[in-house]
Amino acid sequence: MPGIGKQTMTLFTRVAETQREPIVFSLDGRAATALAGDTILTAVLTQADSLRLSEFSRRPRAGFCLIGACQDCWMHTEDGQPVRACSTEIQNGMRLLSSVPGGVDE
Amino acid sequence: MNEPQSELQSESRIVIVGAGPAGVRAAEILVAAGLRPVIVDENQRAGGQIYRQPPAAFGGSVRSKKQLYGFESAKADALHRTFDKLRSHIDYLPETLVWNCDGQQLDLLGRGQHQSLPYSHLMLCTGAIDRILPFPGWLLPGVYTLGAAQVALKAQGCVIGSRIVLVGSGPLLYLLAYQYAKAGAKIAAVLDTASFSGKLRATFDLAKQPLTLGKGLYFLAWLRCHGVKVVEGVQKIAVAGEQKVQAISWHKDGSEETIECDAVASGFGLRSETQLADLAGCAFEFNQINQQWLPQRDFAGRSSVKGVYLAGDGAGIAGADAAEMAGKRAALALLEDLGKVIDVRESRRLDRALQRVQGFRRGLECAFPVPVEWARECADDEIICRCEEITAGELRHSVSHVGTVEINRLKALTRVGMGRCQGRVCSAAAAEILACSAGKSLAEVGRLRGQPPVKPFPVAVGVAAHVVESVAENAGEEAS
Repeated sequence: MPGIGKQTMTLFTRVAETQREPIVFSLDGRAATALAGDTILTAVLTQADSLRLSEFSRRPRAGFCLIGACQDCWMHTEDGQPVRACSTEIQNGMRLLSSVPGGVDE
Repeated sequence: MNEPQSELQSESRIVIVGAGPAGVRAAEILVAAGLRPVIVDENQRAGGQIYRQPPAAFGGSVRSKKQLYGFESAKADALHRTFDKLRSHIDYLPETLVWNCDGQQLDLLGRGQHQSLPYSHLMLCTGAIDRILPFPGWLLPGVYTLGAAQVALKAQGCVIGSRIVLVGSGPLLYLLAYQYAKAGAKIAAVLDTASFSGKLRATFDLAKQPLTLGKGLYFLAWLRCHGVKVVEGVQKIAVAGEQKVQAISWHKDGSEETIECDAVASGFGLRSETQLADLAGCAFEFNQINQQWLPQRDFAGRSSVKGVYLAGDGAGIAGADAAEMAGKRAALALLEDLGKVIDVRESRRLDRALQRVQGFRRGLECAFPVPVEWARECADDEIICRCEEITAGELRHSVSHVGTVEINRLKALTRVGMGRCQGRVCSAAAAEILACSAGKSLAEVGRLRGQPPVKPFPVAVGVAAHVVESVAENAGEEAS
């Protein structure tokens, strides 16, 4: 979505390959659009400025390494499943939550 | 998921972990010798981190390889093509995590399913991640590793902000600044914690790879020409912001400067991913050049464990070109150990080339050292462990009140390195703090032992299978 970064609070800005198929998902109950091939992390951070809350300080987090090493991008789906946002592709109909402290079930 | 069909009997199954430069070149040698190795890789497509390809669902990349990989595009293309040619001669398990290695068997999780994979020979080409040193504000949304910023661009066509500062040391700093600026990103500053004089001292060793040195100088000159602010020898980096990054400040020559920005990428060189070598039982030794405990290996890549081989940045940082050579060399060693006749001229050529790389590596560490003052200056309230928010003060308290002098003891007492990243992010910093507080060297405080699973499973196994299956379909098309 070119231009979306200028209107809302986002972190990531798209600079290439924006002519991909749109993917419809929801973030905290609001409908949102991503592009085919986006990771969940990209899909969320092109519309929001964080992915999750730290389960310790409840401060916002937005991932860190993007290669599946730091484990700081775990989100939940509405049915309670944890997903690692940097290494899972967004899919049509995914219902994601950023407002719960994200994490792996300990 | 298909059970890997090896033409070899299961008692002689070769498994390569990692489909980056080392893994692909190792496979090439083995296939040429008539063998059929299994390649297990966490990524969806081959190339590793440096030659990472956009997801299959991008539908054939619009960006050319020149745009994606710059000066390295010919090498990236060659590696991708080699892999495509090998594809029908290997068993390939993409998007698959190796989460344990025990008794000549790997435990895998791929596309929502667990499986065990016995091996006779194991080639670990596990790559590296950024060396991370915390600074005030490093937990804020908008702060990423240099590697992360590069992945966002290469694999997702995104940049991490609209006014970006890159900070740290090492060749990736200038390369990334160049790539970002070329892609149209606004680079507010490049802050290099290494000094100009240190780099000058390293010039002799760096000149052993004139092309690489030349590229580094080219990036720097290009950035300066295009008006990008480059500051060398910065200290005391601090990021400020409430809910996300708003500004960065630093000290240089005793004075402080602050600029506004909305994203920061930082990194202080690379660290090898050695967890699987650890679980495979490989002996480790402290490596002064890498400032890290690394699995022991001979010149050809044999580990201390019979049948386990090491190649690429996962066995010690030497870069992608060296990784390709090391992958080939380790595969030749494996063939020798199987009693096969190998091309001795080729193996000697590789030995000499890999020897030269070591000299260059010395130069890089001298030019871009880990900031020595970091552990001393890190404030007590600085969070070292990102997973569980454990502070430098808690680590120092363990040293001063309990007498902790060893890293695994520090982990047991403070939980540093026990969080879900298993110490990948914090272990370098925690070891620096421990060594500094206890008056010991990094070698003396010891090595954080790995344990399975080496990473948490990327999705809840079984329940989220619909997600994984959809991704797998795309990968299947790409792979065929």
